[in-house]
Amino acid sequence: MNKRLLKDRFAGRFMLLLTILSGLIVFVIAIGLYLRSRPILGIKPLSELLFSSSWHPLKKEFGFFPFIMGSVWVTGVAVVIAVPLCLLTAIYLSEYAPRFVREWTKPLIDLLAGIPSVVYGVWGVLVIVPLIRNYIAPAFGSFSSGYSVLAGGIVLAIMVFPIIIHVSLEVFRTVPYEIREASLSLGATRWQTIKHVVVRKAMPGIIAAVVLGLSRAFGETMAVLMVAGNVAKAPTSVLDPAYPLPALIANNYGEMLSVPLYDSALLLACFILLLVVLFFNIIARLVLIRVERAIQ
Amino acid sequence: MDRRKIEENLFKALMIASTLVILLSLVLILATVIIKGLPAMDLAMVTQSPKGGFYLGKEGGILNAIVGSLYLATGATLLAILISLPVVLYLNVYAKKGSRIASFTRFSFDVLWGVPSIVYGAFGFTIMLFFGLRASLLGGIIAVSLLILPIMSRAMDEVIRMIPKELLDASYSLGATKLETALKVVVRQAMPGILTAVLIAFGRGIGDAASVIFTAGFSDYIPYSLFRPAATLPLAIFFQLGTPFPEVQERAYASAFILTVIILIISIVSRVLVGRVTKHVIK
Repeated sequence: MNKRLLKDRFAGRFMLLLTILSGLIVFVIAIGLYLRSRPILGIKPLSELLFSSSWHPLKKEFGFFPFIMGSVWVTGVAVVIAVPLCLLTAIYLSEYAPRFVREWTKPLIDLLAGIPSVVYGVWGVLVIVPLIRNYIAPAFGSFSSGYSVLAGGIVLAIMVFPIIIHVSLEVFRTVPYEIREASLSLGATRWQTIKHVVVRKAMPGIIAAVVLGLSRAFGETMAVLMVAGNVAKAPTSVLDPAYPLPALIANNYGEMLSVPLYDSALLLACFILLLVVLFFNIIARLVLIRVERAIQ
Repeated sequence: MDRRKIEENLFKALMIASTLVILLSLVLILATVIIKGLPAMDLAMVTQSPKGGFYLGKEGGILNAIVGSLYLATGATLLAILISLPVVLYLNVYAKKGSRIASFTRFSFDVLWGVPSIVYGAFGFTIMLFFGLRASLLGGIIAVSLLILPIMSRAMDEVIRMIPKELLDASYSLGATKLETALKVVVRQAMPGILTAVLIAFGRGIGDAASVIFTAGFSDYIPYSLFRPAATLPLAIFFQLGTPFPEVQERAYASAFILTVIILIISIVSRVLVGRVTKHVIK
């Protein structure tokens, strides 16, 4: 066989191999984390690990409940703040904004996506934490150190702005122009068209965008670690400190090797985090694939 | 004015306000970093490694972290290119249209993209334990390359997908093999997009902290081998901010300023490059 063809065939095989291997990374990570968290799963029932609030690694008590609740609270606050702002912005950029506004805004939103999470953390410590301590908490007649669910939520909300806006913009683009025109020609105002036609048509995609943002917030580590306060107790208000799962892992992974079962517990936390994020991501991506197919 | 008109204007105002809030948050973050970071900057920050007592407020700089981060991000980016370029070329040149492997791989990258960086860090650390590797530059490079692999591949795939099929057909009809077409036509045509993808991945790699916290370790010295622990800028910021000394916290602001400037430069360069590297691009 000709040397060129041989090279081509060899390269093709090699690329196929790489492709398959990189497609399997997700599974390798999941299996790896599962295997490492098996020791603790063999000793403690999963229900105790998930729903017990007692976190005393030295006494071999590993209850993840406060950390799971910490993650849920912080993510919840972030979503509540981010969703209305992002959707209104995405609608504005896709339906109203003049061309030059769109062209100027997009790179700036990309820039927001590029800022490292540790810089968000520094900003949170410098601006948001004092704001909550000195103004927001006293305004509600309560005390807060500032390192709280709210601080984590605000910082996370800004971090997920780019994802939600970006995906929603793509989704709005898949709504055919003709149905907007049909609605407008029936005498509907632009806002009515958006409310009754565009948003309704784009709803699955919008939900997917929000879910993607939510899962990013759920797994974000550094910024949250810096501003959420890290107290191992389930928060009961947005002014309470929280200790989300990723922060737990990042804070304790170094010392874990000396305490028996500790590393298995932390890798279980990692495994739980991965499963939650995979679940959200797979659903969102499947929805987005369907949305995309519908226009082809 | 009727109610519909009022509603229209109300929501339009709300939309413009939200857009402004989002843009304002960017301005606020950048302004804070500049206002707090710039006064704390001095030459020693970028020319010296930490001296004794640096974390108590004595002299020194964060050259170790700057160089460590550059090494780490460069290594991870190179490793990620070595994997993602062949994969993306396979998906777009070799794989048949609608191939199962191609759609599975794309889906799997989409999902990987959403995996939090702390998971890559913890997974990387388990692998290192398995191979008996200590926290080192190499460990950090592996974890970060896993983190940026889906980012880079997706970005490359998006540009390469846009290349018109006719261009490939023209190359085949001249007798070129798929490999030759991939390397000499597709890569050249997509070069601006590929470079942007590489720079985006580099920027993400240099700014990520959670994936290097256990894998790369930290050191006051500039790493001279792949098996030495390496300091990274994000962790330097994190540790300095965590000390109780105001002088050291000031340095955290300066370090955050340096990191932000690096990110801004990367982002600007990638924008400029896209317009420039078009020598071989057929319009």
